[in-house]
Amino acid sequence: MLVSLAWSSLGNRRKSVVLTFFSLLISISVLLSVEHIRQNAKESFNRTISAVDIIVGAPSGQLNLLLYSVFRMGNPTNNIAYESYEALSKNQHVAWTIPILLGDSHRGFRVMGTNENYFVRYKYANKQTLEFAAGAPFSKLFQTVIGADVAKQLKYQVGDEIVIAHGIGNTSFTNHDKTPFVISGILKATGTPVDKTIHVSLNAIEAIHLSPSQQNKLLNDANAVDLTPNGMTAVMLGLKSRMATFKLQREINNNKKDQLMAILPGVAMAELWQMMATVENLLLVISILVLISSLFGLSTMLLASMGQRKNEIAVLRVLGASPSVIFALVLIEALLLVVLVIVAALGLISFLLTLSSDWLATEYGLFLSGNLLSADSLKVVAVIVVTSVITSLLPAIEAYRNALDVGLSKKH
Amino acid sequence: MKLISSELNSHQPLAINVKGLYHRYSKTEDATGISIPRWTLRRGERIFLYGESGSGKTTLLNLLAGVLNPTKGEIQLLEQEFSSLTSRGKDKFRAKHIGVVFQQFNLISYLSVMKNIQVAAYFAGNAKSQVEQSASELLLKLKLSPDVLQRPAGSLSVGQQQRVAIARALINEPEILLVDEPTSALDACARDAFMEILIEICQLTSTSLVFVSHDMYLQRFFDASVDMSSLQEPVESLEC
Repeated sequence: MLVSLAWSSLGNRRKSVVLTFFSLLISISVLLSVEHIRQNAKESFNRTISAVDIIVGAPSGQLNLLLYSVFRMGNPTNNIAYESYEALSKNQHVAWTIPILLGDSHRGFRVMGTNENYFVRYKYANKQTLEFAAGAPFSKLFQTVIGADVAKQLKYQVGDEIVIAHGIGNTSFTNHDKTPFVISGILKATGTPVDKTIHVSLNAIEAIHLSPSQQNKLLNDANAVDLTPNGMTAVMLGLKSRMATFKLQREINNNKKDQLMAILPGVAMAELWQMMATVENLLLVISILVLISSLFGLSTMLLASMGQRKNEIAVLRVLGASPSVIFALVLIEALLLVVLVIVAALGLISFLLTLSSDWLATEYGLFLSGNLLSADSLKVVAVIVVTSVITSLLPAIEAYRNALDVGLSKKH
Repeated sequence: MKLISSELNSHQPLAINVKGLYHRYSKTEDATGISIPRWTLRRGERIFLYGESGSGKTTLLNLLAGVLNPTKGEIQLLEQEFSSLTSRGKDKFRAKHIGVVFQQFNLISYLSVMKNIQVAAYFAGNAKSQVEQSASELLLKLKLSPDVLQRPAGSLSVGQQQRVAIARALINEPEILLVDEPTSALDACARDAFMEILIEICQLTSTSLVFVSHDMYLQRFFDASVDMSSLQEPVESLEC
């Protein structure tokens, strides 16, 4: 009965309640989404790479190298020489290598040149290797393996032909229909940038960069042109023994023949978190402040209503409601509103996440889970509820005092 | 000092028994207060309590309803100690045994008439299922169509609202009904209709009625009337 009373009372002050509702909806949505993205971003980034000991690329910054080689974000600065890749492969400490050659795209998806090692050695999340949903790795020059999202969004199937263009935009320099790629395999979804990648062989990358005349030659005779790449964007290394990690890193960094930079993914990732932590905390503080301000709005709304509610309180008192019932009534009103807002905010965020998940994954390599009800989010929800109860104490106490000195025939 | 009780129901137990009641609002010198050495009302009696504005009529009602606490003295209602109850105890007692109708604004305007009546029943701890039935019956007796039950109280005319207020005050079958100038916002026609219905329904339910007004015209609806000043001892004389 009290809840239904509180509900009717809210309904009676529809206008100010709706405004307060939206103010709270915005602030609680912001807080919950900041918290959600914070938890998920870390998890999403951390699961992207595992089992790779060293990444080698052209000297820039370790974050830059990490971002473009693993997350396909930003553009590679410089290539390293193909000879360096060969030398690394032969290094005594190195167990395996995954070459990475970037720079092309297909309808907005990045194209990555690599070799068969990638499908065996590359690991994500908890040391999981890539698995095929259909088909097999490329075995011929003009064959490609696409990620799960590419297949889903462009509705591609094994056996389809696609055309790869130079550059990473949607426009192409030739859109060479003479050299279409046949899809040989589709990978299972991983929740990492792999899903958004089109994989081809190193030679294929070289082939699409040939001049039209040479391409014609190549099409006539597969061995007519030397397709060994000139350079390499980055190389991922797996070591025989992790003990050699630092030694090898120093060795690579001091390489005289080619300018190289070796980074440890774990260390680079940690640097990334350090940078992100400041932004995260700033965002969190701002969203908490916004929440507090709209909770004050809630409190003000309830307090302002006390004037017009003196009569209502007098009626309830006369009917036998004790002052503590009046106190509870105001708190129930605040709680009803806040709980409604939280439910609406969770709905809104889920909706927005579904809408933007593809964009976030493509643009920022962020793979966010749609599940908002993690233990951490529930903690945040609990904190919001407790804080709103605390801010509603003021109007509730005001109502209690009104209830105490109510008289039967106060002239209203 | 005048004791009002008709010969007919002198065997009836007391509904209200006031002894040595003294109340003043604050301790400041010029504060007005009331002092009633002794006053009783039997069950089923209906009295008209009149007096000048400021004579303490409303204060007495507030004391009887337990919204105010007497500074001194005691009040027994239905032969039970009332003034010594805790404030929660008084709230409970009021919900169950006392109906109140004030001058105006008796109802929560945004709730339906039904809901207003249900709220009263809720605080008295009565079952919801019975409420709808008896509310319709009461409204019928009060010459209101049961259609008004679902309408928001604020959409009714003042005359209708006051009648709904009676229905709400009587829903828990209280032994005592306290009414404070309920007709002051009504025109002559609505006032007479209201008074007739009120008296009739109190007779039907044999509810003790304390009706407070300064409008002597209303005296004609009662068999007994009391002047507030005749109940009182001058407050000053108690001070020493």
